[in-house]
Amino acid sequence: MGTIMTEQTQATDPKKPVPSQTENKPDIIRVEGMNKWYGDFHVLKDLNLNVRQGERIVICGPSGSGKSTFIRCINRLEEHQQGKIIVDNIELTDDIRNIDTVRREVGMVFQHFNLFPHLTVLENCCLSPIWVRKTPRKAAEEAAMEYLERVKIPDQANKFPGQLSGGQQQRVAIARALCMKPKIMLFDEPTSALDPEMIKEVLDVMIELAGSGMTMICVTHEMGFAKTVADRVIFMDGGEIVEEAPPHEFFTNPQEPRTQKFLEQILQH
Amino acid sequence: MAEPMLKPPKSAISPITWVRQNLFSGWYNTLLTLVVGYLLVIGVGPVFSWLFFDATFLGSGPSDCTGTGACWLFISERLNFFIYGFYPDDLQWRVDVMFGLLALSFVPQFIERFPGRKWFGLFGLTGLPVVGYFLVPGGNFGLEVVESSKWGGLMLTLILAYIGILASLPIGIVLALGRRSEMPIIRGICVVFIEVWRAVPLITVLFMASVMLPLFLPDGMNFEKLMRALIGITLWQSAYMAEVIRGGLQAIPRGQYEAADALGLGYWKKTGLIILPQALKMVIPGIVNTFISLFKDTTLVLIIGLFDILGTVQSTITDPAWQNVAIEGYVFVAFCFWVFCFGISRYSQNLERKLDTGHRT
Ligand SMILES: Nc1ncnc2c1ncn2[C@@H]1O[C@H](COP(=O)(O)OP(=O)(O)O)[C@@H](O)[C@H]1O
Ligand SMILES: [Mg+2]
Repeated sequence: MGTIMTEQTQATDPKKPVPSQTENKPDIIRVEGMNKWYGDFHVLKDLNLNVRQGERIVICGPSGSGKSTFIRCINRLEEHQQGKIIVDNIELTDDIRNIDTVRREVGMVFQHFNLFPHLTVLENCCLSPIWVRKTPRKAAEEAAMEYLERVKIPDQANKFPGQLSGGQQQRVAIARALCMKPKIMLFDEPTSALDPEMIKEVLDVMIELAGSGMTMICVTHEMGFAKTVADRVIFMDGGEIVEEAPPHEFFTNPQEPRTQKFLEQILQH
Repeated sequence: MAEPMLKPPKSAISPITWVRQNLFSGWYNTLLTLVVGYLLVIGVGPVFSWLFFDATFLGSGPSDCTGTGACWLFISERLNFFIYGFYPDDLQWRVDVMFGLLALSFVPQFIERFPGRKWFGLFGLTGLPVVGYFLVPGGNFGLEVVESSKWGGLMLTLILAYIGILASLPIGIVLALGRRSEMPIIRGICVVFIEVWRAVPLITVLFMASVMLPLFLPDGMNFEKLMRALIGITLWQSAYMAEVIRGGLQAIPRGQYEAADALGLGYWKKTGLIILPQALKMVIPGIVNTFISLFKDTTLVLIIGLFDILGTVQSTITDPAWQNVAIEGYVFVAFCFWVFCFGISRYSQNLERKLDTGHRT
């Protein structure tokens, strides 16, 4: 699998991260027979997924298929009712200490950025390291500046989020999540709320991050990104995982009719 | 980049140009200006004459007042009573110290460049009540005791309003958070508390505090009337405050909670660092509105026999030695209230402007 991808993309994109060699790595996320309901509505149906350390997963599927709900279960923004979710060897249960531990290791980037508007960019980034990780302020600020440099906006550190463009805000949101030095990053349609000309600057940051060996789960419809970065693409529909394949196979030879239909629709646009 | 957006440039138009553009920019505008000006002179002129030009400011007694203008002599003669009530003359320095500290804490808040004004304000919210607690009633450190029944006038008004405001804000915050709690018992208690207190007029609360509360308290435990009034006012005010703050809490988008959760901030850090700062900022106008109405509502303590500034004035204007000084008295009271309420309002506008980070979520 790895060789095919290298050949295919090295020609097209020089920024293509090295394919992650994760075959021997341990699983960092295990989802087993997971079910979730909203009242009577069965939103997630018997999901199974293992993610190895350093793997990059892209989840796609039609709107309302449960993609957001699924990744929000992984850091317990949503509760599941049946089955198991084990993140970094910790099972997510009602135990608040487990939840806190998992959330410290899992960063999340939202569609609408969700930056804290009353804090500056730097304060947004330092908040959690200082209050949750108990990092001394000075060290936290230095680390935050490093991440802001990595997402290429160190010069905006003392502005408020409301003074930045959408693309800049989303990059701050990525830096904010990274400041917690998470082992896993979740992205929920990080470019869907952006104007077209800003999508690339965010994707570039994400591609760079993928190259650094971060475990990533991205809900996105950016198929170019999926082809470049993903180790596996997962297609969800109606709360089920319909198909799961390496990007090359997924895009060239989808097995399920539902996947074929979905790909036809989005590739038309 | 956002600076010009936050602060529009001041217009560079001279006053004369302004007058010409706005008041005399056509024959009908000129006519309108002249008519309105004439009416103002006719209407406001006599008021000004009464207030200032014909008024008596100096003199030695009631007979010096002319009767055609205001008799401000009455106010200055009785000023001591209006400010301190029956607080003994030789101990009034203690109250003066409090007035001084109050001014020191809050006047700098209006001066943009005052160094360390934050700390003065912080002292006003923390140290000031503590100093007042020891200084005004006395009884410690060799200070002579002054019964609260002797307190009155402006001093009493300020004590009621200040403590009511200071205590109702944190209690209101706790109630508002409690009302949104996921724990049914806590939520229930807060809902009942808020709905009960909000449904009762302040007069009733004050009556109950002065007449009924002693019946419920265990034997041997009793507070002075002032203390009971303060407790009543504070709890009543907290219920209002809670609802104002709840409005702010509800306006915070869900994404803010989720981002805080995802970063691993627990409930208290999330609430204290993310949710409350934004919610409170959003409802500053509502909070200030509540403060101002509380400030004015303190006059109701008159009916349980406490002499606030209105009470002292009202009991004096009937003095037969002075004739017809009721208007002067009420104008004086109104002026005092206006000064404080306007100050609160101005300060809140400063604060809103300062806290504006140019973001609407
Ligand atoms: N809080 C909720 N309560 C009830 N239904 C919900 C809630 N959140 C999402 N849903 C429903 O669950 C389904 C999956 O939603 P979501 O995970 O947001 O889909 P996606 O992210 O794939 O577009 C949708 O049908 C949506 O209407
Ligand atoms: Mg979604």
